[in-house]
Amino acid sequence: MNIFKKTIFSVLLSLLVIGSANADKIKIGTEGAYPPWNSKNEAGKLIGFEVELAYTLCRYIGQQCTIVEQDWDGMIPALIMRKFDAIMAGMSITAERQKAINFSQGYADEVASLAVMKGSSLEGLDTPAGINLTKPDGAAKKALKTLTAALAGKTVCVQTATIHQNFLDSGDVGKVNVRTYKTQDEVNLDLASGRCDAALAAAVAFSDYAEKSGKPVVLTGPTFSGGAFGNGVGVGIRKDDTELLNKFNKAIDKARKNGDISRIATKWFGFDASM
Amino acid sequence: MDLELMITSFPKLLNAAAITLKLLSVSLIIGLLIGLLFAILRLNENIFINKFAYGYSYIFRGTPLLVQIFIIYFGLGQIEYLRSTFLWVILKEPYWCAIIAFALNTGAYTSEILRSAFQTIKPGIIEAGQSLGISNKIIFYKIQIPIAIRQSLPAYGNEIILMMKGTSLASTVTIMDLTGVAKYIISTTFKPIEVFIVAGGIYLFMTFIIHNVIKFLEKKYSFNS
Repeated sequence: MNIFKKTIFSVLLSLLVIGSANADKIKIGTEGAYPPWNSKNEAGKLIGFEVELAYTLCRYIGQQCTIVEQDWDGMIPALIMRKFDAIMAGMSITAERQKAINFSQGYADEVASLAVMKGSSLEGLDTPAGINLTKPDGAAKKALKTLTAALAGKTVCVQTATIHQNFLDSGDVGKVNVRTYKTQDEVNLDLASGRCDAALAAAVAFSDYAEKSGKPVVLTGPTFSGGAFGNGVGVGIRKDDTELLNKFNKAIDKARKNGDISRIATKWFGFDASM
Repeated sequence: MDLELMITSFPKLLNAAAITLKLLSVSLIIGLLIGLLFAILRLNENIFINKFAYGYSYIFRGTPLLVQIFIIYFGLGQIEYLRSTFLWVILKEPYWCAIIAFALNTGAYTSEILRSAFQTIKPGIIEAGQSLGISNKIIFYKIQIPIAIRQSLPAYGNEIILMMKGTSLASTVTIMDLTGVAKYIISTTFKPIEVFIVAGGIYLFMTFIIHNVIKFLEKKYSFNS
């Protein structure tokens, strides 16, 4: 029994020590599997829009940063459990997530879109180029109806715990057979194999995949924003950590004013996705 | 601790446990048949048949179940030729891909369990049958198989429990089993501890049932009774 107690005590102690190490460094969590937002190069090094932006923001804050990898489906729980201090992982600011964590102001706009394989019956849907779901107007409502009819009984694949999953679950496009995957890579694989009739994610995630794999993946239907899709992508920060939140908000202000965000966004996306 | 979340997620997880049990029972039945077949092949004196059966169990026991599922689900899905054959009707479905992987995996372990059980049967028992003029076929079906099954019960019970926990990997290929639904609930509530405690409790309860059923069978078919 005594050995048992000692073991427990030493395990707890080591957890405390690990938890409090590097207190002055800001630890930023990212997924490393959602190009071009964040990904890894062949050497296993984290790269992408948010990795570069994170280092830029940290320079403005004046503190050193380390960027750590975390699976997407455990991102928010890991932040809450203090595995890192901030999330920069293409995470859109949504009301649902704001119940659990705070967000800085948005630094970039994520435009979502459906994708299908070339030749699919879902190609070339009669919808406007883009719809906003915050206050859907007549055209947006009509587009949702078109999508509901087109997607009825179809299998649509998304990454788990994303705004894309939330949108399909919300019932705005009727009863869709939703399949969830751990990573966007797996969504892409099953879209290409034909297991998915369509997939929903950031439009840039599909164009990046089409370009790198050479697979005939094409976007279809309108691009989505607002509503379940949230209000841009921001830095996720723990609720009790208002000091860090202020630091990030100020840093984003400065980076925006100096044109850093536009420059980095254009470099990685091919267009200016900053906001 | 969010007790309310634990209570509200319990019925959803219990529903999902039914999927887990379905995956488990279907793959165990197919796996048992595969295991019995390969155990018999392992006892064959023909070296090619013997090596083939050994190779199967060696490969499936020597690689992680997760890798096997990924190869069957994502790997086979990449082969364009396969997608134009009738096989794709089965392989297109995540459910059947998981069943194939689980059945082949548990089949490999079961074949080893049964083989060693056959080999522990004392030659005297078979000789006793032969001296009574019973045919070899009947000795095999009426003497060797029943003894082998009794011998392998404890090890096979373990295999069932391992397989039950292994079915949690079905969630990696989009199946909404107990783990899949637990992850889904976490994805909207961001509270992994509460949800995984409830899911873990359900797994533990299933283990408890399986363990006791096996123990009961062991007692019932014990040689000393």
